[in-house]
Amino acid sequence: MNEIDPKFKYEVAQEPGGEKIKLCFACGICTASCPVREIDERYNPRKIIRMILLGMKRRVLENDFIWFCSSCYACTERCPQGVRFTDVMNAIKNLAVKEGYVPNAYIQQIGLLRQFGRLYEIDEFDNNKRAAMGLPKVAKAKGFTRRIMEITGIDRIIQRKNEK
Amino acid sequence: MKYALFPGCTVLGRGRNYEMSTRAVARVLGIEFVDLDDFECCGFPLKSVHYDTYYIMAARNILTAEEEGLDICTLCSACTGSLTEVNKHLNENFDEKAKLIAQFKKQGIEFRMGRGIRVKHLVKILYEEIGTKKIEGYIKKKLSNLTFAPHYGCHYLKPSDIYEPAEDPENPKSLDELIAVTGAKVVNYSEKLKCCGAGILAINEDTAYSLTRPKLKELSDNSVDAIVLMCPFCSVMYDDNQKKIEQKFQEQYNLPVLYYPQTLGLAMGLEPKVLGLQMNRVSTKALLEKIK
Repeated sequence: MNEIDPKFKYEVAQEPGGEKIKLCFACGICTASCPVREIDERYNPRKIIRMILLGMKRRVLENDFIWFCSSCYACTERCPQGVRFTDVMNAIKNLAVKEGYVPNAYIQQIGLLRQFGRLYEIDEFDNNKRAAMGLPKVAKAKGFTRRIMEITGIDRIIQRKNEK
Repeated sequence: MKYALFPGCTVLGRGRNYEMSTRAVARVLGIEFVDLDDFECCGFPLKSVHYDTYYIMAARNILTAEEEGLDICTLCSACTGSLTEVNKHLNENFDEKAKLIAQFKKQGIEFRMGRGIRVKHLVKILYEEIGTKKIEGYIKKKLSNLTFAPHYGCHYLKPSDIYEPAEDPENPKSLDELIAVTGAKVVNYSEKLKCCGAGILAINEDTAYSLTRPKLKELSDNSVDAIVLMCPFCSVMYDDNQKKIEQKFQEQYNLPVLYYPQTLGLAMGLEPKVLGLQMNRVSTKALLEKIK
């Protein structure tokens, strides 16, 4: 029982997107609407909500499956209680990141965004191709994204994972 | 009609055919696009990792357009979702917007406090601002020999409460009607509202492709000429990765994938090359033959 943290649901409710978590009355329409659940039974929105409300903090945040939400919002549209489960998942993932659980895919994306301001580098070669197709030149990013990342401290948060 | 064009990362990196057809169709319709050098990523990839970073990235792009007095036209549905959500928040919370502008100022990034802008997906601009009646006037070559399956994707419709006006996500009509105006037949199909799976491609390819598969499978059986969509990441799944999915499941789909402006462009009589059709991965030759 040491694993149970009864305050976990309040922690989730304080994250952007997690505010409505306590409204869930467990009808399960989220699970019934979920396209990922249709493919893999290990991803189960209703179960994740129950785990959050019961305070199973570690088991939720450590679980690789919280990263399987495809962010399609089918559950959010149908939920009779307005729980906004897609947004709750973002809140959960944000909390997991703070605890040092970040999938490598995101670390790579953060690296690209910091360096190029976009997920893809648009270089001279691309711009020549664009010109040949009559498309305007894409200017090199001026580093706004990098500066925002420095200010919000996302780098420091990612670093914590590497120290783990 | 003038917009700041926000192509987004995926269109710039992998969707030149979408960008070309968008610009070609816009020229015909008299939509003027302004390209702003200061646009960077919309922030969407970081929403699930670090909300504040996501929010500030989206807000900075919005303020950049506002500084030029322009509304934003998006092409990617994920960009549309992020920018619309944050824009709604900024427009409804002027105090927070002022605070954010003050914080940017401390960093040497200056924005004036404006009254707010609008963010709209290209297809919503076509449907709501121009309208099918007016578009009909530009159709030179009816695509009556073709049958298309509309794919709306997720973020173009959902979450519906961030959009103004919202479209019913369980029974959307905009893309159906915009396809119908080209003279093509539009099919309804059981997997119509399904997610393409792109959202988890980077996390788990197998699951992502399993999400993409049902639609390809159903439509290959129905013998439609193409699936028509308007999100570059959906196109990555259905077009760029179609071969991979065929191999993975040992199935044959052979289903061409068109961006909506490519479809409209064909009906306007524009050359396939101007619409970037040579860049679509699954060959569009057969359907082009039918409208020769």
